[in-house]
Amino acid sequence: MRAALEATGLGVRRRRTWVLRECSLSVPAGRVAALVGPNGAGKTTLMHTAVGLLRPTEGNVRVAGEVAFVAQDKPLYDTFTVAETLTFGRRTNTRWDDAVADRLTGLGIPPRRKVGTLSGGQRAQVAVTLALARRPDLLVLDEPLANLDPLARHDVMRSIMAETADRELTVLLSSHVVSDLEETCDWLVVLNGGRLQVSGDIEELLDDHLVLTGPVEASAAGARVVGESRTGRQVSMLVRGTPPQDPRWRARRPGLEELVMGYLRSPEAAALPRPAGVGA
Amino acid sequence: MIEFSLDRGSGVSTYLQLVHQVRQALRLGTLRPGDQLPTAREVVESLAINPNTVLKAYRELEREGLVEGRPGMGTFVRHGVTGATLADHTRLRRALQAWVDEALAAGLDQEDLRTLFTVALADAARKGVA
Repeated sequence: MRAALEATGLGVRRRRTWVLRECSLSVPAGRVAALVGPNGAGKTTLMHTAVGLLRPTEGNVRVAGEVAFVAQDKPLYDTFTVAETLTFGRRTNTRWDDAVADRLTGLGIPPRRKVGTLSGGQRAQVAVTLALARRPDLLVLDEPLANLDPLARHDVMRSIMAETADRELTVLLSSHVVSDLEETCDWLVVLNGGRLQVSGDIEELLDDHLVLTGPVEASAAGARVVGESRTGRQVSMLVRGTPPQDPRWRARRPGLEELVMGYLRSPEAAALPRPAGVGA
Repeated sequence: MIEFSLDRGSGVSTYLQLVHQVRQALRLGTLRPGDQLPTAREVVESLAINPNTVLKAYRELEREGLVEGRPGMGTFVRHGVTGATLADHTRLRRALQAWVDEALAAGLDQEDLRTLFTVALADAARKGVA
């Protein structure tokens, strides 16, 4: 399994505060990885070190092949028309795919419109298309879906997913809204307070966890409890691995959002590959 | 031809929803032997889902012997897969109807039945049957 992105002992310090610390993770090639975590978790910092915008204080991050990055504010030249923006992209990139760039026309974005007058969704679509047309091996997107309406979010994700269906492209994208990522991402990275909390294949993670609900008296002995919440006489908990023996528990598979929230609420819990798996 | 749809928030994983929809289409006869399933690219374009999810669903259907991948051509429904499934379907439905009648006669209501059914399914899933 070839890694498209690999961080080892990555740490970034700003003045006296570590914004990212002891971060070791590996994203296999061809995956669509979701990077989630609350504000200030270190998501943007991790992305900036990966694309070379920021030098780590300690450790290192390696990327295989060409990288394209779309920043959160989707910087584009507002006075350029859409067509001029594409021409600029073609002339400044040796790896440029006209077929990808031409898809903008199919999305109903008028070539003669000034970029500054586009809607938020159209602007995101232009920024993502520019990045994809450079035919990167790794596409890094910082909050690509922020401030977009549901239809625009769907359209942007369709463009990205279509490209991953056509060739081996690894995607790392951050988002606040986990529900947007459930069907599109197959790899999960959770950052919390500058620490890596979860990293792994989403299906495997979901298969490996259970949401248990039962009376407060039910015994959780033998279970690896990630976190729990109580409402009156009922307790609900997220556990990893095999469920406890007590028959009063009702168990079901968690959704992605429940899994992420369970970990974020228990910052001391972690689901990471064993150290031997890192770098493999 | 089959057109997939997603029930977001159903709690069922996306790849299983695709698998279930193909199985359902085979049972109902909307998919027949020799029919082609949409390509991963086509499914991805319409649903905005991860292409690996589509491939995983198709691998599962292949493993069950329902479809076969023909290199460079696509994924097709295999010959002779529907007959037995339909017979099973009828037989199981009759058995389930008998169980429902018995449970109602015992004083359970519809909600009780649904709960029992869900618990039995969850138990089977945990044993790795479903």
